[in-house]
Amino acid sequence: MIRLLDPTAETAPQMRARRERPPRLEGTIALLDINKPRGDEFLDRLEELLAERGLRVERFRKPRFSQIAPTELKQQIAARCAVVVEALAD
Amino acid sequence: MHELPEGLLAIVKRDCPTCALVTPVLARLAAERAATVAYEDDEPGLELSFRVGTEIVPTLVRLSSGREVGRVFGWNREEWRAFTGIADLGAELPANRPGCGSRTLEPGMPAKLAVRYGTAAFKSKTIEVPQGMDEAEWCFEQGWTDGLPIVAPTEERVYAMLQGTRRRSDALLGAIPPNFAECTVEKAAINAVMAGCKPEYLPVVLTAIEAALLPAFGLHGILATTNAVGPVIMVNGPIARAIGMNAKGNALGQGNRANASIGRALQLVVRNVGGGRPGEIDRAVFGNPGKYTFCFAEDESDPRWESFAVERGFSRNASTVTLFPGDGVNPVIDHVSRRPEDLVKTYAGCLRALYNPGQVNDVSAFLVVAGEHANVFYEAGWSKARLRVALLERLWVSMDEVVEGRSGKLQMNAEELGQPRAPKFRTGSLNIVRAGGAAGKYSAIISGLGSKGINPVIKEIQP
Repeated sequence: MIRLLDPTAETAPQMRARRERPPRLEGTIALLDINKPRGDEFLDRLEELLAERGLRVERFRKPRFSQIAPTELKQQIAARCAVVVEALAD
Repeated sequence: MHELPEGLLAIVKRDCPTCALVTPVLARLAAERAATVAYEDDEPGLELSFRVGTEIVPTLVRLSSGREVGRVFGWNREEWRAFTGIADLGAELPANRPGCGSRTLEPGMPAKLAVRYGTAAFKSKTIEVPQGMDEAEWCFEQGWTDGLPIVAPTEERVYAMLQGTRRRSDALLGAIPPNFAECTVEKAAINAVMAGCKPEYLPVVLTAIEAALLPAFGLHGILATTNAVGPVIMVNGPIARAIGMNAKGNALGQGNRANASIGRALQLVVRNVGGGRPGEIDRAVFGNPGKYTFCFAEDESDPRWESFAVERGFSRNASTVTLFPGDGVNPVIDHVSRRPEDLVKTYAGCLRALYNPGQVNDVSAFLVVAGEHANVFYEAGWSKARLRVALLERLWVSMDEVVEGRSGKLQMNAEELGQPRAPKFRTGSLNIVRAGGAAGKYSAIISGLGSKGINPVIKEIQP
C-alpha cells in the first residue's frame, strides 16, 4: 500500500445557498465599480434608470479590479444597502 | 518503538570486517559489562542504530536513562580500553582498524528510517492509494496535477525534500490565493516533490512562493485574469549555479531539471494549496505553455552588464528570486545589425507592438539579450542603462494611435489625453536581462502585465 501526503490545503469549500432574489427593489441600491475601464459608464446609466424609479443609489469603488475587494468595503455595502450591482467592463 | 538499553550498546553489521574483528571484544563486554550487541542487519538493531545516530560501525555507545553519555567508533584499542575501563581489552587484536559506514546512512535510508521509526513528524494528512491502483493515475484522479504525471509525494520523499531547507516544516509562508489557504514549508515541500524537484531546489521554491505573495506582485489578479499571464521565475546569484540551473542555450526551454521543476512547483502550490484551477478562478482565455513551468537563471558570466538583481540593489553574492507576470516568449531575430543603434531600432519595433501597437496600459516586458547581441553593445561600450534609455526614447505611441478605434475612454487623466503621445510602458516596466546561448544573433521578449497592482518583485533566498 502506497501512502502519500496530502498536497492540498485540506480545506473543503463551504457551500452556501444563494440568497433569494428580492421580489422588488427597495431600500438603497449599491453600485460597485470594480475599477475596470468603462465600468462607470454602465453604472452611470443604471443609476439613471434606478433614479427614474425613485430608488436611492450609493456608489462604491474597488481600489483595483485585479485585487479582491477589501473587507471594510464589503462591510460598508452590507451595512448600508439592500442590493448590490457589480459592474465588469472593458 | 524499541527502548534504548541502559549501559553499553554496541552497533555492528555483519559484512563489516572490523565488526567481525571485534567479535571477541563484544563477547567480553556482554559478559563483563552487560553490553547489548545490536546488528544493523536485523530488527531491533537497525532501529537502535538509527536512534543513536550511528555513522560508523562498530560504534560503542554508553547510555544512561535513554541519553548518550559517550561513544567510540571504529576499533582503536586504547580508546576502547579507556572508554570501557577494561585495561587489557582486545590484547589479541591490532591496535587500530577503521570501521565501515552505517547501514542507516546508505542512500535513501535516512528518509526511510525517519518515516518508519516516527521521527518524521508531518502535519499533513496521509492518504493511502487503493491497493492495485497506479499511484500516478490515482494522483490525476485527485485533481492534484497540471495534466502531466507527478512524482508521488510519499513520506520518504517529502522528508528528504525537507532536508533541503533549514526552515521548520510548520513555518508559514503565507496565504495562497484564490482561497487564501495557508501554505506551510511542508505543503510546499510536498508539491515540490510532485513537481520533480531535488531537495537543494527547495530554498528557491520557498522564496518563489513568498515572492508571489508580496502584494506588489498581485498573484490573485494574475491567476484570475482573462489575460494569458502566469508567474515567471528568474533566479540570480550563486544558488543558480550551485543547483545547476540553465542560463545559457535553451534557457527558456526544456531539458534542465532545476529550471523545469522549480517553476512547476510554484504552479502546483497555486493549484493544490490555493485552489487556483483553470476553468474555475483561473479565467485565462488562452493561458500559455509557461503556466506548466517558466523558470530560468540570468546569465551573470559577463560582468560588463550588471545583473537584474544588482540593478535592484542586491550584492553579486546574494541569491535572489525575481517573479514577474509573463505570457510567452517573442523571439527577436536580427542577424545583420552590427551597431547598437540598429539593434535598438529592431528591439523598439518589436516592443512597440506588444499586446497591440496602440496599447500603453497594463503591458510590461523583459527583454532577454543573448550572447551575440550582447557583444554588439559590449564592444561599443553601451551599458544596460544606456540601452534602456535609447529604447524608451523610441517607445512612444502617438495619441492618435492610442485612442484610434477605441470608442471608450482610456484610464488616463485629461492632461495625458491632451498630449501628442504616450509612453508604451505607461503603467508597466521595461526590464533588460541576459540569458541564452552564445551562438546566434537573437534576443527574446517575455511580455506580461504591468500595472498599478501587478509588477515584478524580487526577494533574497534564505537557506
